[in-house]
Amino acid sequence: MDHREFYDKDIVSIRDLTREQIELILDLSEEMIPYARGEKKTHTLDGRILGNLFFEPSTRTRLSFESAAHRLGADVIDVSQMSMTSIAKGETLADTIRMVDTYCDVIVLRHPHEGAARLAAKFSENPVINAGDGAGSHPTQTLLDLFTMRREKGSLDGLNIVLVGDLKYGRTVHSLADALTMFGAKLTFVAPESLQMPADIMEHLKAKGCNPVQTDDLESTIADADVLYVTRIQRERFPDPAEYSKVAGTYRIDNAMLREARNDAIVMHPLPRIDEIAPEVDGTEHAKYFEQAFNGIPVRMALLCSILGGEI
Amino acid sequence: MEDFKITPIRNGTVIDHITAGQALNVLKILNVNENTINSTISVAMHVRSQKGYMWKDIIKIEDRELDPKTLDQIALLAPNATIAIIRDFYVAEKYKVKLYDRVFGLARCSNPDCITNKGEPVETEFIVTSRDPPALRCAYCDRMLTNISDNLI
Repeated sequence: MDHREFYDKDIVSIRDLTREQIELILDLSEEMIPYARGEKKTHTLDGRILGNLFFEPSTRTRLSFESAAHRLGADVIDVSQMSMTSIAKGETLADTIRMVDTYCDVIVLRHPHEGAARLAAKFSENPVINAGDGAGSHPTQTLLDLFTMRREKGSLDGLNIVLVGDLKYGRTVHSLADALTMFGAKLTFVAPESLQMPADIMEHLKAKGCNPVQTDDLESTIADADVLYVTRIQRERFPDPAEYSKVAGTYRIDNAMLREARNDAIVMHPLPRIDEIAPEVDGTEHAKYFEQAFNGIPVRMALLCSILGGEI
Repeated sequence: MEDFKITPIRNGTVIDHITAGQALNVLKILNVNENTINSTISVAMHVRSQKGYMWKDIIKIEDRELDPKTLDQIALLAPNATIAIIRDFYVAEKYKVKLYDRVFGLARCSNPDCITNKGEPVETEFIVTSRDPPALRCAYCDRMLTNISDNLI
């Protein structure tokens, strides 16, 4: 089995991948690092076109897909303002996908509605990569999170991982928790009760043999953590602004809190952060969120290269 | 002698072995509260099964045979239900409803943010994750369908 098995495949949900397939992508991502840094050059995807379709704002995901494509020699087309397109005129996603599909070789889709990427994959002849669908899944973020943990901790097996913040609406934590169960991780979910992990995801994790601890007390979890994965409480996901203001700013990681942590514990965050991690943490050995953001490039390069049949 | 709680019907359909408590939801599938039905429907709830250790519901519909979509929807609520087609007091056909591994177009997703609830030209699709009682996961948004009977279409 090698990365060529991903040729022409959609990447819609982390649930579609086995542990072995995830490890293949992570291994190839490792090989991509010198290319991602510009230390080595490749044109393996010369003449191929990536279609970036972002129906929601994005900085890291969008830019890192673009950068990954350029580093592999591919071109990128995108829509800079959805308000200027047929989508604003009421075109269905299905029709938009059928049209964009004829303009490129792979579609990268971010959309506000859950399941949008699965729908796009049904209508597209070319492969579709899910770059986040509402509060649903975000598999490439999960892969780069796993890649970051593996690089920093040496292995993913049996890590003690604490997920903090918005576990209800935060799509990254749903996919990540799902994937971590494949590696025997011990999971702790820290959130106010109203933002805890949804019941169906808890059931799914338990069915896979994982028994996560749920708590609202962050400080009690820090001493044993290998990884503190912090997420922003996302204003845009709350139907009711009053509910948002009740829970905004509940958790904040700072150096005083990290004095309780192991020396080799790492702090991750999918970014953007607001005030969940104090800027004073940035200069410590614990802070890995900017490395994590960089890791989006080699991981997305590995995916694009595999899906489009490139070789390095 | 057996004590008939519901008398035999001349022509129609008997739905037996309905999961106890689901008869009223099955009646919703049959659209009994609409004025288009010109036959008698009898319902028995919480009846002992012949084996005597289980409870079940029974529905008898006179002068009507059920279409495949209705049968597939009944399977989502009562996966062990049996269907007997009665013609001139005799059982002309008898079979069990079938719950497939994937179901298409029978229910809407209970997640309002699911793409299938946004006017896209697609049929809903669910993966059956548990058979008795049935549990369905949306093949698009991956969420579990929270209330099957309220979301049948």
